[in-house]
Amino acid sequence: MSIAHSLSRRAVLIGSGALFAWTQLPRLARAEGRDPRMLVIVLRGALDGLGAVAPVGDPDWIGLRGERALQLDGKTPALPLDGFFALNPAMPNLHRLYKAQQAAIVHATATPYRERSHFDGQDVLESGLSRPGATDSGWLNRALLALETEGRVNPSGGRAFGVGAVTPLIVRGKAPVMSWVPQKLLPASDDTAARLLELYQHTDPKLAVALEGRIKLVALGGGMSADDPMADANPLVVPPVARLRSYFAEAAGTAARYLAKADGPRVGALGFVGWDTHINEGAAAGQLFNLLGALDGAIAAVETGMGEAWRETVVAVVTEFGRTARINGTLGTDHGTGTIAFLAGGALKGGRMIADWPGLKTEQLYEGRDLKPTTDLRAVLKGLLRDHLRVEERALAENVFPDSAAAATPIAGLVG
Amino acid sequence: MSSSAKTEAALALHRFGMGPRPGSIDKIASDPRGALLAELDNPPPYPAAAAALPSSAKAFRTVADANARRQAKATIAARAEAEAKKQQMAAAGTAMTEDAATGMSETATKAAAEAVPDPGRPIYLEEARLRTEAALAADIGFTERLVWFWSNHFCISADKIQSMSGAYEREAIRPRVLGPFAELLLAAENHPAMLFYLDNLGSMGANSIAGINRSRGLNENLARETLELHTLGVRSGYTQDDVIAFANVLTGWTLVPPGDNPEHGGEFSFNPRLHEPGAQKVLGKSYEQEGVEQGRAVLRDLAAHPATATHIATRLASYFVADTPPPTLVERMAKTFVDTSGDLKEVAKTMVTAPEAWSEPPAKLKRPSEWVVSMVRAADITQVDAKRYTGGQRLLGEPLWRPPSPKGFPDDEASWIDGMGRRLDVANNFAERIAGQVDSEEIVENVLCGCVSGDVRQAIGRAESRQQALALLFMSSEFQRR
Repeated sequence: MSIAHSLSRRAVLIGSGALFAWTQLPRLARAEGRDPRMLVIVLRGALDGLGAVAPVGDPDWIGLRGERALQLDGKTPALPLDGFFALNPAMPNLHRLYKAQQAAIVHATATPYRERSHFDGQDVLESGLSRPGATDSGWLNRALLALETEGRVNPSGGRAFGVGAVTPLIVRGKAPVMSWVPQKLLPASDDTAARLLELYQHTDPKLAVALEGRIKLVALGGGMSADDPMADANPLVVPPVARLRSYFAEAAGTAARYLAKADGPRVGALGFVGWDTHINEGAAAGQLFNLLGALDGAIAAVETGMGEAWRETVVAVVTEFGRTARINGTLGTDHGTGTIAFLAGGALKGGRMIADWPGLKTEQLYEGRDLKPTTDLRAVLKGLLRDHLRVEERALAENVFPDSAAAATPIAGLVG
Repeated sequence: MSSSAKTEAALALHRFGMGPRPGSIDKIASDPRGALLAELDNPPPYPAAAAALPSSAKAFRTVADANARRQAKATIAARAEAEAKKQQMAAAGTAMTEDAATGMSETATKAAAEAVPDPGRPIYLEEARLRTEAALAADIGFTERLVWFWSNHFCISADKIQSMSGAYEREAIRPRVLGPFAELLLAAENHPAMLFYLDNLGSMGANSIAGINRSRGLNENLARETLELHTLGVRSGYTQDDVIAFANVLTGWTLVPPGDNPEHGGEFSFNPRLHEPGAQKVLGKSYEQEGVEQGRAVLRDLAAHPATATHIATRLASYFVADTPPPTLVERMAKTFVDTSGDLKEVAKTMVTAPEAWSEPPAKLKRPSEWVVSMVRAADITQVDAKRYTGGQRLLGEPLWRPPSPKGFPDDEASWIDGMGRRLDVANNFAERIAGQVDSEEIVENVLCGCVSGDVRQAIGRAESRQQALALLFMSSEFQRR
């Protein structure tokens, strides 16, 4: 699962960097004179939270990771956050936002999933259910369903859209979602699409719905397809780190430009793969450092792409679980439990760490090996959905994150 | 011939094969099931041209050699640059930082890359071409579909190990899709491409000689994914301790370093110095064997485990028949798996002789790779430009041998249906290229033998151009579902 050469990762990203969004205006928020935006970035593969945000003030930290522990006075010094935690030096943009009260980090967090399968873990993260298993919808889609809407923002399209050929679970469900794939081929004409749609309407309603999404997206996207930065002139060339960075930045920047439009979507999701760092993790220099740098650039691209709308934006960066607290036999980390979530955006009440620190002594680790989760990730997401988009608390506990009422009370005061 | 016989023949070709070609429906319409069974007993040979392809180890060595030569070129270029800079600075009277002296400039790296191109890419393309043309040439293509299924089940990724990606399938998967599952499993797990992909090469037991001397240890990846994805299936009862014990068992499964051995570099090798000594307990059973036999014994037991039978039967039935296959079909197939000790040919036979496997109308959405190949077969094209073809697969979200994770590509409708817009663009481009030679009415009559709905006929008949008619036909439900 891990990819030894981060240089050759682009082709994987092509199929999975997915932006999905939704084009209704949240009515309650509108009534307050706000026009909130929310973007969820899913890091698939399990991010090493300790490699991203290090507990430099914990007396057991150096003992745990030895020379691979990020430190304030390391060779590449970590960026101080609150005296106890420090940020990976690959993330200067996030650090700047944190200092400006526009970013916060949740540490020692996890979904309710406690095993170590990526795919089950991603199912729980994206479905919002408390256990893995058959499900056909994601929490973000159900949150949209629960929102009272004030009409469509774009008269030409009632759907959301996304980048990528495979629809991620987080946005699957009844609320209509459009998917958008980077354009490279000459697209079929509107006439051909319209004829095909008519054929589907008579013969295959499901295909009709899928095609309709595409047609409306073209109308919404307007001029963005022809010279879109995501169109890839020569995808077959193996890219250097710079291209990894530019892929992340362009995918996120494109998402932001859509969300920023007055008649664009308001909620979107985007996925990046490649975080499964089993070998030579390289938190201070190498694989993880490069990925976090690319993510940092993506967050900056969202800020830029949003323009004025950044004030009303919240970005949540989440992952399925963390990694082992200790380094494994191949200088990487194996599948673990507690990790971090990054929050950023002008609407955020940031500049702080949100953590009930469990400690790093062996007996404090989950099963003696992983960072113990002390904050339910659903409590964070519910807090954002309630206070930013104004999804009702009851819907959050019953439909969006079923059976979460007792285990995960929405965290108040994240935005505003 | 009755139209219902033709409909069943078309279903057999779409659901279990690579899709109809000119004449193929007529050829099997008298007994579609018998034709599928006959192919299993007498599978078509792989193109003879494959004999000229390098083995996985040879391909791996070739790429490693090229990388080393490229590195050397870049180093020479960087030295020359640094020397020039030094003289420049000396002339200007400034001191040079160490970075400037040792850093490799982008120009040097680029020049080296151009001087020594990556040989892994042409190998990948030639492997892709032969594989695609085998699918295009097959009468039915049932065996070929099984190869595709198992290759995805035991997937590796060309993003991580491009040189071996095609040879892996040819060496480990292709010869064993109609044999005992245990043999397929062993061949996949001990193939260097798999050991590389799932990070086992440097995994060493904490108490092994290398582990003690280097203070390094285990990597759990191969053990976990073998249990979770390849055999038992997730949540089937194994524990974290089982994963660790199995990972210990697999320590030492590695490959011969390509730089050290021009004859055997890149081949499988068991390195006893990496192997965790002593017995290991996996799923409650203690394995006392020495060396590589310990891992083989665990794999044989995993292959025979009832959870594996159910997991494999479910995945096969979901791949061929329906996203949620009839439970009775899965039970039948799992029973055959158990009764025959995992004879995969018998499991496939059980599937195609089961009435549940022939439900109509066809409801399962083809994956992009299946849809593309059926489109090209219908156009009676048998040769492809590998670069263009694999580029198309990539655009559709299913780049050949490059799955997003060890789980392989998904094959359920929800994962792919939002790609309809992209399929339309691909169909449109393909139609544009072939509209001069291929006619949609001909495909309807000679390839599909009239097995299309009145709505499709009408849409084709009213199309504004031949190209549009072809695009509509390739995009029709009859072509997308099986």
